[in-house]
Amino acid sequence: MNFDPRYSGRSFSSVGTRPIRPDGVDKVTGRARYGADFNMAGQLVGRVLRSPHAHAVIRKIDTSKAEKLAGVKAVITAADLPDLTDGDAAMYDILDNCMARKKALYDGHAVAAVAAIDARTARQALKLIEVDYEVLPHVTDVDEAMKHSAPLINDAIFTEGLEEKPVKPSNVYKRTQYGHGDVHQGFAEADMIVERSFKTEQTHQGYIEPHACVASVNPDGTADLWVCTQGHFVYRQHCAQLLGLEASKLRVTSSEIGGGFGGKTHVWAEPVALALSRKAGRPVKLVMTRDEVFRASGPTSATSIDVKIGARNDGTITAAEATLRYSCGPYAGMWAEIGAMTAFACYKLENVKTVGYEVLVNRPKTAAYRAPSAPMAAFAVESAVDELAKDIGMDPVDFRIKNAAQEGTRASYGPVYGPIGIGPTLEAVKNHPHMKAPLKQNQGRGMACGFWFNFGGQTCTDLNIGMDGSVSLAVGTVDVGGSRASLSLVAAEELGIDYSQVKAVVADTSSLGYNDMTDGSRGTFSSSMATISAARNAIKVLRERAAQMWDIPVDDVVWEKGHAVAKGEKHGNLGKLSLKEIAAQSGKTGGPIAGHSELVADGAGVSFATHICDIEVDPETGSTRVIRYTVVQDAGKAVHPTYVEGQYQGGAAQGIGWALNEEYIYGKDGRLQNPGFLDYRIPVCSDLPMIDTQILEIPNPNHPYGVRGVGETSIVPPLAAIANAVSNAVGVRMTHIPMSPPRILAALEAEREG
Amino acid sequence: MAGVAVSTTINGDHVEYLCQPDETLLDVLRDRLGLTGAKEGCGTGDCGACSVIVDDRLVCSCLVLGAEAEGRQIETIEGMAHGDQLHPLQQKFLEHAALQCGICTPGFLIAAKDLLAKNPDPTEEEIRFGLAGNLCRCTGYDKIVRAVQDAANVMKEGSR
Ligand code: FES
Ligand code: FES
Repeated sequence: MNFDPRYSGRSFSSVGTRPIRPDGVDKVTGRARYGADFNMAGQLVGRVLRSPHAHAVIRKIDTSKAEKLAGVKAVITAADLPDLTDGDAAMYDILDNCMARKKALYDGHAVAAVAAIDARTARQALKLIEVDYEVLPHVTDVDEAMKHSAPLINDAIFTEGLEEKPVKPSNVYKRTQYGHGDVHQGFAEADMIVERSFKTEQTHQGYIEPHACVASVNPDGTADLWVCTQGHFVYRQHCAQLLGLEASKLRVTSSEIGGGFGGKTHVWAEPVALALSRKAGRPVKLVMTRDEVFRASGPTSATSIDVKIGARNDGTITAAEATLRYSCGPYAGMWAEIGAMTAFACYKLENVKTVGYEVLVNRPKTAAYRAPSAPMAAFAVESAVDELAKDIGMDPVDFRIKNAAQEGTRASYGPVYGPIGIGPTLEAVKNHPHMKAPLKQNQGRGMACGFWFNFGGQTCTDLNIGMDGSVSLAVGTVDVGGSRASLSLVAAEELGIDYSQVKAVVADTSSLGYNDMTDGSRGTFSSSMATISAARNAIKVLRERAAQMWDIPVDDVVWEKGHAVAKGEKHGNLGKLSLKEIAAQSGKTGGPIAGHSELVADGAGVSFATHICDIEVDPETGSTRVIRYTVVQDAGKAVHPTYVEGQYQGGAAQGIGWALNEEYIYGKDGRLQNPGFLDYRIPVCSDLPMIDTQILEIPNPNHPYGVRGVGETSIVPPLAAIANAVSNAVGVRMTHIPMSPPRILAALEAEREG
Repeated sequence: MAGVAVSTTINGDHVEYLCQPDETLLDVLRDRLGLTGAKEGCGTGDCGACSVIVDDRLVCSCLVLGAEAEGRQIETIEGMAHGDQLHPLQQKFLEHAALQCGICTPGFLIAAKDLLAKNPDPTEEEIRFGLAGNLCRCTGYDKIVRAVQDAANVMKEGSR
């Protein structure tokens, strides 16, 4: 039976309710097992030695003293992870990032690792490893790195995407361009033009659980990996390829995950732990310290963005242009490209052009962070949009409504939109009481819009019906924030049974077919689609079994509200058979009842949000306080509204931290100065107000229930909304994120000095 | 290095262990006693994921030595429920979805329990400052604060 994913307007009985999540009790009693909570017999402790230099040739590594220390069972360097990537440049970068091969490319880059009987011995062993570095000049700033005079990070990088291949290597990996129309013409038609440059600093995803894994390589070539990850199937592929294992012989189990936000989509320590285990012949547990998490994992890009937007006096935008430079760490990336795609996605534009530059710097390899690259682009664009509205004398919400993309609009990144939520979120904001609430002295209100694509991808799900009529659902997308609850709701909905009859688990890589990562807001979107498909397949079997029990043709049996019902007058006396009754007889009617599904979930509906924020600024100190915050976002259909609200609130809080506080601070020596939660300050409870949410439901036509992804868009508008609020509070346009007190004071001073 | 013999009480049970003099209470709980409910988010006293109560005082167990537990009363998340009866805070955290990933949850529950023991009727602001030593990256704290408010109300009624 072919699965039809199209939306069919329907009423729901389970979907849209708010039951307690199936993994909840384990989590409030401390029983849930995260990455570091698992142990194996004979397990060793792994530790990684990291470069103290931002850029250095590794001349020689002498591990002999460490190897002789009692209790040390293995010491490895890049030589123990030979290059098996076979010309796959992206995999080679991952390998090099796991363990530096010729050069250390950032402060914190792994250069060697040990496995020892305990943590103390492992730490001692690291001190005995002698690395002979030739320190090279480094560059950590994205604009500096683009200059011709900048130290070259990789002499094999010749900028791609230019008309002619450059003759010299540079730190610019790639140029990309998006847009349509003629911006020159468009600017010529404008009555008012705003042109500004913006900067954002590098931030970390800041998940509270450090990366952790337990690796065990057996003498027969099989291996097990227990790990906190957003995608255990992808980790299996990467680890198998890097270690030369057969994928099916490496079983990866995803632990409970203590936050990821994109940061646990890449292998770092796992191939190292496997290599240590292989060499030592024993299981190895490797847990990063917080210092290592900051120095070597994450972070997002630092950016430098120029924006130019022109409009007629009636408020119509005639042209929009942006140049976006994103740092990628020392390896190729596609971060500026995503920024260039998302920058103007909220608007209906005749003439639009965006250009992205991927820039190599001596910082950790950039990783995805919740709607990666979009918040910085939105900060620049939405700041300029606000300013332009002011310049032509229009209300910023009305100005956006006038230019908002609609169904049928050609997006600045190419495709033509179906039904979308930008207009409705703006209308909801316009009518929201928050917009009319009075402000006090030194307070400012800002609003801004955000867009995210959402992804679908490869998904595989099993639904098994027990003989007692209970249902177990095995999914392959890691549950990062309550998806087991929402997927159980979906299974209950489709089967017509109670939520309490369904139990969802995340299956390991040997128990289920391949699943893409939980990223791109795809967890609930794609796995719910696969769950619906699996449930429909199970219903087909249930109908067949009922037909058999009644001895009537299967075509005369329909499935209604959890029961098989015989249709037609001639079966008038047959009544109904519940799922439980059919399951109880399954042993006699053909064996276990199950539904399986494997699919590529296409058509993840794009998502839009508009946020409102009130900020109070102390003009003496430059310190800020968030007074009130409101999120309005389209969810398509909120499967479990409480967890949808949670996603909205969490993204907003991360955006608030990014906007006001968080940044990587590098010293002149290229070393990270604040690799800890004391100096890299994420918002705490007393920094924030309640975060109000409003869920809009504009059904996604490509999902049976209308579901869109909800996880990421909420981090896109805050940088801009807060910058607009601060700018309105102090009367100076803020162009550099984070707006820490010194930066606000400097902006005020610059304004006073004219 | 010779181990230190420690005799202490954890969640009401008498416990004895040997630990290194420089070993933290968090490491003892997790690695020696198998009590992995307390989490290590930072190891430097900045995240509160390792919160436990020592003699009625809320502490970061990553900043306490295992040897310092000698003769004390220690409460961890594993001792918060009574049998299969969840503590009102645990129940309210579930009902309000005050957790997403849940890694911060044991620390928040312990810190909230300590807060309500000292201030059974806290204002929103008192809750926010009372829990400011615990980091959560997922929730934006909104639902955590509401869960604590709700639990405080339930507990007040229960004690009436
Ligand atoms: S682990 Fe103790 S405060 Fe973070
Ligand atoms: S729920 Fe994830 S850190 Fe709090």
